[in-house]
Amino acid sequence: MTTPRITPRTTSAHVDYVLGLADDALVSAQRMGWWISRAPQLEEDLALANIGLDLLGQARSLLSHAGRLEGEGRDEDDLAYWRDERDFRNVKLVERPQDDFGVAMARLLVLSTWQSELYAALQRSSDPVLAAVAAKASKEVAYHHDHARQWVLRLGDGTDESHARMQAALDAEWPWVAELFDQSHLDPALVAEGVAVAPESLREPVLRRLGDVVREATLEVPEVAPRVPGGRAGLHTEHLGRLLAEMQHLTRSHPGATW
Amino acid sequence: MYGNDFTAPDGLRPAPDAGGDEPASFLAVLADGGRIEPRDEMPEAYRRSLVRQIAQHAHSEIIGMQPEGNWIARAPSLRRKGILMAKVQDEAGHGLYLYAAAETLGVDRADLLDQLHDGRQKYSSIFNYPTLTWADMGAIGWLVDGAAIVNQVPLCRCSFGPYARAMVRVCKEESFHQRQGFEILHTLSHGTPAQRAMAQDAVDRYWWPSLMMFGPSDTGPDAATGHTAQSMAWGIKRFSNDELRQRFIDMTVPQAEALGLTLPDPELRWNDERGHYDHGPIDFTELFDVIKGNGPCNQERMAHRVGAHEDGAWVREAAEAYAAKRAPEAVA
Repeated sequence: MTTPRITPRTTSAHVDYVLGLADDALVSAQRMGWWISRAPQLEEDLALANIGLDLLGQARSLLSHAGRLEGEGRDEDDLAYWRDERDFRNVKLVERPQDDFGVAMARLLVLSTWQSELYAALQRSSDPVLAAVAAKASKEVAYHHDHARQWVLRLGDGTDESHARMQAALDAEWPWVAELFDQSHLDPALVAEGVAVAPESLREPVLRRLGDVVREATLEVPEVAPRVPGGRAGLHTEHLGRLLAEMQHLTRSHPGATW
Repeated sequence: MYGNDFTAPDGLRPAPDAGGDEPASFLAVLADGGRIEPRDEMPEAYRRSLVRQIAQHAHSEIIGMQPEGNWIARAPSLRRKGILMAKVQDEAGHGLYLYAAAETLGVDRADLLDQLHDGRQKYSSIFNYPTLTWADMGAIGWLVDGAAIVNQVPLCRCSFGPYARAMVRVCKEESFHQRQGFEILHTLSHGTPAQRAMAQDAVDRYWWPSLMMFGPSDTGPDAATGHTAQSMAWGIKRFSNDELRQRFIDMTVPQAEALGLTLPDPELRWNDERGHYDHGPIDFTELFDVIKGNGPCNQERMAHRVGAHEDGAWVREAAEAYAAKRAPEAVA
């Protein structure tokens, strides 16, 4: 680890793009870790730990790549532990608490559907590292999607209570879906150069696949106004600061230490 | 632990599992050093004793997820976070194998969980201690998992087949965990002064509770207490609590020296005559107090477990309802 410091945002669109995907995975892994020992049954503790570990692995590969692209000697831990919340680039979907199992599965369904379309396309990225990470992650998120889909079906078409709770969970998550397709903070040159996937291009396949699962679960696709985007520009909800405070506290209390 | 089977001396001890009525086939397998399998004849008391021990072991694995789960969100590097998540996941896996082993004896996991939740069954007292610093992840791996291995390796030769086989796999993973814990402490003890102090503090707090994991003394004047004699006759237990504890101490002292950390017992020294380390007296009143529910975290551990179970009830009910709707033919 280099000398720890609070560092400003980067100026490279390429680095920012990779950081955005890395932070989506890192913050999701952090939220998923909360579930271990709190799941509805033991098998689910194992499954959610698996999913959290996959997401953490994606985050580590992407953060390391962002650090190398940046060329200032920052490694995965410098980027995870020594950036402040305004420098995190994740979408707001992933940063809010998810201590209801229905919410956790609704969010995992959205995230994994989007990630599976994204990583499928990114395998053709002109950035070979991004393409390689995407190829590995594609297999992982296919499993996450299957897992979330199975639960949304069970909860949607289970009991009256679970149907109502699953619908409420979808209603709670849906306003945050549109941000996944927002490209206002992405340099169009990155798409033109074949590095990045145009977020807008994922809207149709992602929403179609989500709608299919929701309807199969006897639920309704929520008709809600999208919340304003901004996560990719470091404009977050108030929840991210607390998540990072917990995640970063120990490391920042011991500057320069090796763990 | 957790494969130990003891309770506080007053009031909580289950009815003694008297021997007698042992089928000839059962005695022949034991005499042969063979394995009793679920469909074999076995005395009811043997079955009951195993259910209690395996369930307590399984409960210990799942309650044991909490003290380490407490640091997943705060792990100081992403590598450490991943290792810790995988470790806690392994503990859930151990719980699963063990509940499955218990189920071969004709009990149901849901019933065993109910007995944990209402206090009829216990879990290892060690998990009622709090994890106060990151170094506790090292101390738990090194000392608690180290003690668990010493307890569990002989259980790989236990007379009940499913339990013995589950232990083979559990021991491989525990051995990995123990080395991880050692490595965490090694890094800390060779780190900054604050890290080194954190490591020493964790070892100071976990040393005596780790020794208590082996249970009360059961040799010499205490030989007739507890379940040891009957469990040994049935081939469930192979060594006394005191023998296993001594083995753990002998194994651990040189490792502490390698770490450059001290163990908090001024009487700990090598005894050439015995060929073992001598140690100071163990305060078993603390162990019994923790077992009785007065440890630092007993209420919190149970509230967390019961809370997760109750919060998840609607999910389990939905899964059952969904499965029933999908399989009408299978039901009919």
